[in-house]
Amino acid sequence: MPIDPTPGVPTPGDDPLRPHPRPHPRPAQDKPQPEKSRDKRPPPSNPSALDEAVTERIRAMPGSLTFLDLIRKNRRDSVLLITAMILLAASLGAVAGGVLLPGFQHHWDSSMHPDDRFVRLLWLWRPALIGAGVMFVLSSGAALWSWFRGSNTMLRMVHAKEITKELDPELFNVVDEMRIAAGIPMPRVYLIPESALNAFATGRDPEHGVVAITTGLRAKLTRDELQGVMAHEIAHIRHLDIRFSMLMATMVGLIVLLSDFVLRTGAYTASSRSRRSNNKGNGGAVLLVVIAMLLALVAPFIAQVIQFTFSRRREYLADAGAAELTRNPAGLASALRKLADDKEPLVETANRGTAHMFIMNPLRRVSGRKKSRHEKASLFSSHPPVADRIARLLALTR
Amino acid sequence: MDLVLIVFGGAFLLVVIGLVLFIISIYNKLIRLGADCDNGWAQIDVQLKRRYDLIPNLVETVKGYASHEKETLDAVISARAKAVQTHDASDQGAKAMGRAEGELTQALGRLMVVAEQYPDLKANQNFAQLQEELTSTENKIGFARQHFNDCVARFEVGRTTFPSNVISGMFNFKEREYFELEDPGAREAPAVSFG
Repeated sequence: MPIDPTPGVPTPGDDPLRPHPRPHPRPAQDKPQPEKSRDKRPPPSNPSALDEAVTERIRAMPGSLTFLDLIRKNRRDSVLLITAMILLAASLGAVAGGVLLPGFQHHWDSSMHPDDRFVRLLWLWRPALIGAGVMFVLSSGAALWSWFRGSNTMLRMVHAKEITKELDPELFNVVDEMRIAAGIPMPRVYLIPESALNAFATGRDPEHGVVAITTGLRAKLTRDELQGVMAHEIAHIRHLDIRFSMLMATMVGLIVLLSDFVLRTGAYTASSRSRRSNNKGNGGAVLLVVIAMLLALVAPFIAQVIQFTFSRRREYLADAGAAELTRNPAGLASALRKLADDKEPLVETANRGTAHMFIMNPLRRVSGRKKSRHEKASLFSSHPPVADRIARLLALTR
Repeated sequence: MDLVLIVFGGAFLLVVIGLVLFIISIYNKLIRLGADCDNGWAQIDVQLKRRYDLIPNLVETVKGYASHEKETLDAVISARAKAVQTHDASDQGAKAMGRAEGELTQALGRLMVVAEQYPDLKANQNFAQLQEELTSTENKIGFARQHFNDCVARFEVGRTTFPSNVISGMFNFKEREYFELEDPGAREAPAVSFG
């Protein structure tokens, strides 16, 4: 049954090059659409594995889901996650210090210090405290660096070029519309000269906001879809996601570095210490070294899992925020569909450090097994499965 | 005796300080929400003015190709004049402005439908640019209005719900009007379609 283009709107003119302002009349569909046919903008007519996955996920969702619920939930979880991350970094620093720095096995010399319990405890735990302190200073330094230099570094890494309104009035207008809806200052607009389909936002706060889009994606989207993508990026800026993710990435980097250091020096320390303490019968220190090394082995994975969990949540939140700004979740849903079907997903200049910034994971594998790409929700993926993202968006239009 | 006095006096002082801090924080919150609304209104204003500025250009361009569509063109010009007048008269509320702007949007919509019938006009580079700018400005008005109304909604929730309503009553915070486009057909700002 053909679906009528939005009533009351003149049919598209004979100029196919001009993108249509919304609402977009879509060509009539020649296949009946199950479930979603009541949406204003029905999805493309050929049902793929992605379509099936989306339909399945929509059915599984509670009927009263709104973007406000999503935002509230995401915000709450974000606080929990960042707390866990900081605790992990500090405790790793403390353990590393306790094991690696000399002095942990030294006995308390009561002749040197007053017999104050607190001072005594501080003295005993001195190496651990130093470790935690060093970790604190290091992570603050790294955080400050990413705070002030992170955005520019990111833009340089992908060879993005800033553009002016004259070069692409439509793109500028769409960004302007979305930042007005979000109530933030106009971000700078960058083009990434690549044919892959992707986009990202950066800047530590709305005053320093930047949105960037690949030339490939820019050419492929209708105005509605472009609006959805830009709204997603503006939502990242508005939610201060970039600040969080930059700090988080820096912290994870530090933890990985430190763990590596502990693993490399830990073995040596353990052997030399056990030799020294053999006559004293001090097996506790050895045990501690072993525990520290185990922790150093596990910590990077835990840190990355937390980072990726966080990253996935932020993507959902930005999708919900985009729906709030455009009041048209179907636009972004349709854009995500195009992004998912992209045969050339790899942004050449992206790497593991920057992958989480993009709207769609630029490093995702494109194998023959299309289905796995859409459906798997792995602990180590920086982005949620695209079918789930589309389903959540379309659930808002019900 | 003295100790009891100190304990009770201290407790009383703490309660008073706590209360004052509470009132200050709510007062500041309401002020901030109000400032958000004002800022949101300023954003709408910028876009409305932008639209007033675009219209004479657009009318001139259309005239060059479709001069005998006088009726439609005049309707746009008079709707613009009326909107500008309502806009400049500071005593008019958001309601009256909404009505005038709604009419202007409708008149423009009719002009665009008319413009559809002139292929030469549509091929004109200048017209295409104006069209993009006007569509986007319509969208921006819509989104600025959406943002403003969200701000007003937040302010009104703060102003009318307990306990902040007590403070808003004490300092006499005024109710704020939503900005609605009167005509139901004009409610969707981006509904002006150029095909």
